Amino acid sequence: MQMECKKDNDLYDIETFVGRSLQLGVVISATVIVVGMILFIASGEGGFPGDTYPTSFSTIWQGVLALKPYAIILLGLILLICTPIFRVGISILVFFKEKDWLYVGISFIVFIILISSFIFGK
Amino acid sequence: MTILAIKILLISIFAGGLGSILGLGGGIIVTPALTLLFGIDIQHAIGASLISVIATSSGAAIAYLRDRITNIRVGMFLEIATTVGAITGAIISGLIPPSLLYIIFGVLLLYSALAMIKKVKQEVPGEVVAHKLAQVLKLQGSYYDKTLQKQIPYNVSNVYGGFGVMYGAGVISGLLGIGSGSFKVMAMDVFMKLPLKVSSATSNFMMGVTGAASAGIYLFRGDIHPATAAPVALGVLIGSTIGARIMQRLKSKTIRKLFIPVLIYVALEMIVQGLGVKF
Repeated sequence: MQMECKKDNDLYDIETFVGRSLQLGVVISATVIVVGMILFIASGEGGFPGDTYPTSFSTIWQGVLALKPYAIILLGLILLICTPIFRVGISILVFFKEKDWLYVGISFIVFIILISSFIFGK
Repeated sequence: MTILAIKILLISIFAGGLGSILGLGGGIIVTPALTLLFGIDIQHAIGASLISVIATSSGAAIAYLRDRITNIRVGMFLEIATTVGAITGAIISGLIPPSLLYIIFGVLLLYSALAMIKKVKQEVPGEVVAHKLAQVLKLQGSYYDKTLQKQIPYNVSNVYGGFGVMYGAGVISGLLGIGSGSFKVMAMDVFMKLPLKVSSATSNFMMGVTGAASAGIYLFRGDIHPATAAPVALGVLIGSTIGARIMQRLKSKTIRKLFIPVLIYVALEMIVQGLGVKF
């Protein structure tokens, strides 16, 4: 019985940590998107010629440094997209800390498949 | 420009709310709203709907995890199926006629809608015999139901069936670039016999991972327009945070009654698309 209680507590920890990691990602990405939106509305333009916007990481980053609204929004969106992947990475660490080797393995497999799907995608 | 952004924001709040309650990505609202109401082209609408899938998932998961509705182990285990499925979908997209897949999966959804109608009076699953593999994987769990005001313990059955449907959900995501939440909820609710609220919360939890894999590709291909996607992301984040609170106060029967018509709509849409009927 005592063991069962302990196991439940462990899972509470896992949920708290994984939840926090998502919260962190959401707050950061939402803040960046809001900043970009405010600049976009204030200036009335995206900062790029016509209705274009950057589509490579380097051009987005250069735009961010030049405080161009569209580039800042895209950076926020990239951070938002990375949040679930970050969450899978955190899960590996959390299950590792709980010494739940089966789920360290499962989370790790998911992480590897995700990363390879990015490589496949290109 | 500002007015348009505010309109998109408001619709996205609604999409995020409904999506988080039902365990869907909100794409079923965002895509038609952007194309039909605002005249945004389909390519950018799909890009924005992928953003909405991730935003719904992450926004709602924070609340569902805090309130212990999500089953992380079920989610992580089934993510193996959805991610492998997504890669399969991306690979076979040129080999198998998509129309055939549309019909197969449309019929499968229709079947599950019927299976759900049979369960419409059921608040929580009755006695479920735990699958052997479910015990090895420690998939069983419990959650506190705020409407019933008690702790609901549950077992998990038919792990292979659920895993198979999840694989199919992944294939569809890879092919069409959607979150395919309806398949995820179906796999857990109809096949694995999880409580509906746990199915919806866990589907939400998983969907971000499915969406992220495609969204990266869409973004660097230029299919995600910042002026459209930004209000969608913010609106959906707000909506899903609210929706995750509302869902817990709803009866499972009510959620199911909302879910069934959505399921039938998506199923028929897929079948019609598969048959090549153009409107």
